[in-house]
Amino acid sequence: MNAPFQSIVTPASPRIMAERPMKIAAKDVNIYYGDKHAIKNLSIDIPDRAVSAFIGPSGCGKSTFLRAINRMNDTIPTCRVTGNITIDGRDIYDRDIDVVQLRAKVGMVFQKPNPFPKSIFENVAYGPRIHGMSQNKTDLEEIVVSSLKKAGLFEEVKDRLNAPGTGLSGGQQQRLCIARAIAVNPQVILMDEPCSALDPIATAKIEELIDELRQNYCIVIVTHSMQQAARVSQLTAFFHLGTLVEFGDTDEVFTAPQEKRTQDYITGRFG
Amino acid sequence: MTEIRSDFVAKRYAAERRFKYYGAGALVITALFLLFLISDIAIKGFPAFFEHRATVEVTIDPAKVDAAKPQAGDFDGIVKDAFRSLFPAAKSRADRKALGGLLSQGAADDLRDMVVANPALIGQTLKVPALLSDDADLYFKGMQTGLKITAGAGTLQIAQSGEEYVITGDTGDLREGQIIRANGGALRITKLEGSTVVAEAVLAPETLNTAVAGQWDMLTLSVKEAERRVNDKQVVWMEQLRSSGVIEKSIAWRFFNSGDSREAELAGLKGALVGSLLTVAVALLLALPLGIAAAIYLEQFAPKNKLTDIIEVNINNLAAVPSIIFGLLGLAVFLNFFGLPRSAPVAGGLVLALLVLPTIIIAARAALKAVPPSITEAALGVGASKQQAVFQHVLPLAIPGILTGTILGLARAFGETAPLLMIGMVAFIADVPQGFEDAATVLPVQIYLWSDLPEIAFQSKTAAAILVLMVVLFGLNAIAIYLRKRFERRW
Repeated sequence: MNAPFQSIVTPASPRIMAERPMKIAAKDVNIYYGDKHAIKNLSIDIPDRAVSAFIGPSGCGKSTFLRAINRMNDTIPTCRVTGNITIDGRDIYDRDIDVVQLRAKVGMVFQKPNPFPKSIFENVAYGPRIHGMSQNKTDLEEIVVSSLKKAGLFEEVKDRLNAPGTGLSGGQQQRLCIARAIAVNPQVILMDEPCSALDPIATAKIEELIDELRQNYCIVIVTHSMQQAARVSQLTAFFHLGTLVEFGDTDEVFTAPQEKRTQDYITGRFG
Repeated sequence: MTEIRSDFVAKRYAAERRFKYYGAGALVITALFLLFLISDIAIKGFPAFFEHRATVEVTIDPAKVDAAKPQAGDFDGIVKDAFRSLFPAAKSRADRKALGGLLSQGAADDLRDMVVANPALIGQTLKVPALLSDDADLYFKGMQTGLKITAGAGTLQIAQSGEEYVITGDTGDLREGQIIRANGGALRITKLEGSTVVAEAVLAPETLNTAVAGQWDMLTLSVKEAERRVNDKQVVWMEQLRSSGVIEKSIAWRFFNSGDSREAELAGLKGALVGSLLTVAVALLLALPLGIAAAIYLEQFAPKNKLTDIIEVNINNLAAVPSIIFGLLGLAVFLNFFGLPRSAPVAGGLVLALLVLPTIIIAARAALKAVPPSITEAALGVGASKQQAVFQHVLPLAIPGILTGTILGLARAFGETAPLLMIGMVAFIADVPQGFEDAATVLPVQIYLWSDLPEIAFQSKTAAAILVLMVVLFGLNAIAIYLRKRFERRW
């Protein structure tokens, strides 16, 4: 049953795979929303310290699968996940996995910037605080500042850390959300169309930031923009109708796709 | 292909304009109704915030007030005697009774309080204001009869013939029913016979001298004696009091400071206000935490299944149940089954809590639902537990909405009458309740009780109590609007 789907998945290019250890491994994953079969027998290995982009037409399941990686789908009562998803070899759907700790380890950035309606400082400090990551105020401030710096936002907001996060511009808000995700020291950062609500300049900044972050994190990004996928990712996965059609080195996927469907999509011939 | 027909466009615009006028018209009619209602109540109720008192000089006779037990002293007698001494001519039993009728039953209460607080006053002579009865008070407020005093022009000769008096002279302006005040007395005109006027005594004149212009005047009363609660004699006395300057008008603080009374001039709202406060406090203390907890559970944690669907539908149904049903439920459950005291704020509060619980739950759920899911996702995304996400992010953002709903629910509870009738909060209770288990009544029920009483003064009090209730309700709504505006957040 699984074979036809699996056979068409092209392994990531040996070059990328050799350079980086695997971080996330999914095997025979099926996701259902009630009766709807959203992800069908998906298997994929995502390497560490690289940006993997998920592309595909709307409704192909790429966001669904992304949200399965930090179990955000748990919040949807009708959603059911079968199969295996492991991070560093540990099954994240295992009974003794604490979903709260999992989500601290696998941060997420959402489509629409969603800072808490609190100060910039509080936005970033919230995660470290609930996880007890700081002993005292100085520690916490250090974490906040370094996270904001990593997110490339510190210079812009250092004078107004107590100003509300919702008062920032869209691009700044999204970087604040990235800083918030980084603050809990995750290993994986999932980004669900992080630039779809932003203008090109803000998008460019976020992309730059993603490129820097990949030195330290395993980044998975869902995007509708193939240019963006080509610009920021090292690996690209093409999803179609709930299946993973092709996964490989971004250059190869875009220049020499092995699947006709991938080629059709990339060249804009279907959708 | 085809042109847009310009007459169609014109028709559309005309329809739009018409619709605007309909809307404006409806608004104007509503505003007029509201204006009529409020102004009617305000005009009727406003006089009840004032009272009239007559200043009398009293000597606190140690024989009547024992310094050891001042509260048992005969202050009634002291004040009444002092008041009667203003009218030395009134000696008959009937006159003394009629005079006493001008004073309130509680006219001596203020003096008693004063002396009890300061027994050193015993034996002294002091000027104290004595509260007038509701009838006298209404007279001074102009609510008994219209009155016109015309200075006499011309000369009158007054002669007595048996019981009657015959007035001759410049009588051209005199009319039947008028009262002539002359020679220290007052005569009511009973008959006009050409230029001769026949009159009867209201107060017998001291002399039968000729009264020249300026020595007499006439009172024209618009309401016949039989149709008002003060007779002509009392009117003449009261006019005497008025012209001697002992009548003072002041704000009736006792309207807010004292409990209910059978005497209109003594009746106050304090009992009802305190009762309302205690009752609503019980309702709030119960309904707010229960309502919020239920709303949070239903909105954030409950599984979506048949059972929660049924619960949800029933909560919405409960919000539409007539309030008297809750009263019956309260009677059956709280009073008969649990044996809570009748007429007590604790029972009333429980019933009102049941009544506003659905409102609060619905408002709280709406407020929780209005918090965008992205906030929950953001919290979950950094590893907050569901509970942390709800209590640290969703709930704080929903609080203004919850409070708004709660205050509106409380306003409803505050104005609720029917369910409280069922649990006996409709009794006449003169004492201000001291606790949650004391017999009490509430503001709207007090209004209901007063509106049933025949005295004109109570009608005025009813309107005044409605004004107080409306002020409280407007205040609550204003707070709700303020909270909504102040903490309103847009995403």
